[in-house]
Amino acid sequence: MHELSICLALIEQVQQVAREHGATRVDRILLRIGPLSGVEPSLIESAYPMVAVGTLAADAELVIETTPVRVRCNDCGQETDARPNRLLCGACGGYHTKVLSGTEMLLANLELTLPGD
Amino acid sequence: MCDTCGCNITPGNEHLVRAGGPHAHTEDGRAAVTVLASLLGENDHQAAHNREHLDRHGVLAINLMSSPGAGKTSLLEATIEALGGEFGIAVIEGDLETENDAERIRAKGVPAIQIATGSACHLDAHMVHDALHQLTLDGVDLLFIENVGNLVCPASFDLGHHHNVTLLSVPEGDDKPAKYPVMFRAADLVLCTKGDLLGVLPEFAPARAEEHLRRLASDAPFTTVSTRDPASLAPWFGWLREELAAQRARTAAGHTRRPMVQAEGTRSGGVVHRPDHDHDHAGGGHHRHQAGGHHHHD
Repeated sequence: MHELSICLALIEQVQQVAREHGATRVDRILLRIGPLSGVEPSLIESAYPMVAVGTLAADAELVIETTPVRVRCNDCGQETDARPNRLLCGACGGYHTKVLSGTEMLLANLELTLPGD
Repeated sequence: MCDTCGCNITPGNEHLVRAGGPHAHTEDGRAAVTVLASLLGENDHQAAHNREHLDRHGVLAINLMSSPGAGKTSLLEATIEALGGEFGIAVIEGDLETENDAERIRAKGVPAIQIATGSACHLDAHMVHDALHQLTLDGVDLLFIENVGNLVCPASFDLGHHHNVTLLSVPEGDDKPAKYPVMFRAADLVLCTKGDLLGVLPEFAPARAEEHLRRLASDAPFTTVSTRDPASLAPWFGWLREELAAQRARTAAGHTRRPMVQAEGTRSGGVVHRPDHDHDHAGGGHHRHQAGGHHHHD
């Protein structure tokens, strides 16, 4: 259950960005999380309200986009879909692949209310 | 790690940048800010400092991960017995409670710092930083960080180490890499421990465990060991000697090596140029970053 630590880091970052922009409120938080990130979106969603209490982001909508697992094969060059525990090339079956997408754990975007908005 | 130079931007996320820009407005007039920062940016930043500190002292740092009871501490005891005369060794131990493991290591005559994490299920770079302040690195060649026994959370946290070594013990079953892909994909070396039990647990096939590992697109060496059979540990010791030599060559060239940590998106393991920033790690307390360094969120 490291999602709580990650939520604590998230709320720190959100508050920092909000302060940098002089925001009075954070309205929406967009995360991008991949199945290979080791983070479970539903646990982030349940931990988030606990860490957001009393912050500018207390009422923010938390949106989590999950990214697909995609690999590129170093042998045959194809880009294919994969599964978290089967990262083989979907075309030739080789295991010399590079994960292109699916490991993300990103704070992608914030929507803020600025003074005068 | 870097929010300003664009290295966070991947084919998967660049549309977010292009669509918004740093201060676009939503339809109802709110400010939309593109951030694209790793949620573990603060941890990564601390980890980079830890690694720089270790590199400066010529230390190779190994993060040992496994489920509880896979034999991490026993492996360390056997390693200290075999290599203690050849290399300076130090250990950081992570557990929820007790000093038991650190005491076992100290009984072998090497310094050990116990981190009691309380209820935290993993070590992070800040905990390791605090432990490093209690450790004298002069004369240390190998630092082992024994993570909290857990096949899930530790895989997401860069501690400032150079390599991940993941243990899979025979009683756990040979399909663990398929069940815990994030952990096993992070491994630079997989040690199948308690190999002496293969005779009584024929349902465990090392070849099958290795096949599950390869399905994760992992090239990591896979080797079966047993602390009851010292000869079986030779490949592990050989790997340590090779990696220590490689670490010395890297630090001489001004490079370092980041382990693979799974919550990447923006990160990847491998040899990287060491960031050219300085700070004093000798004293206690927290750092001051020097102006003009590589940092963007000071």
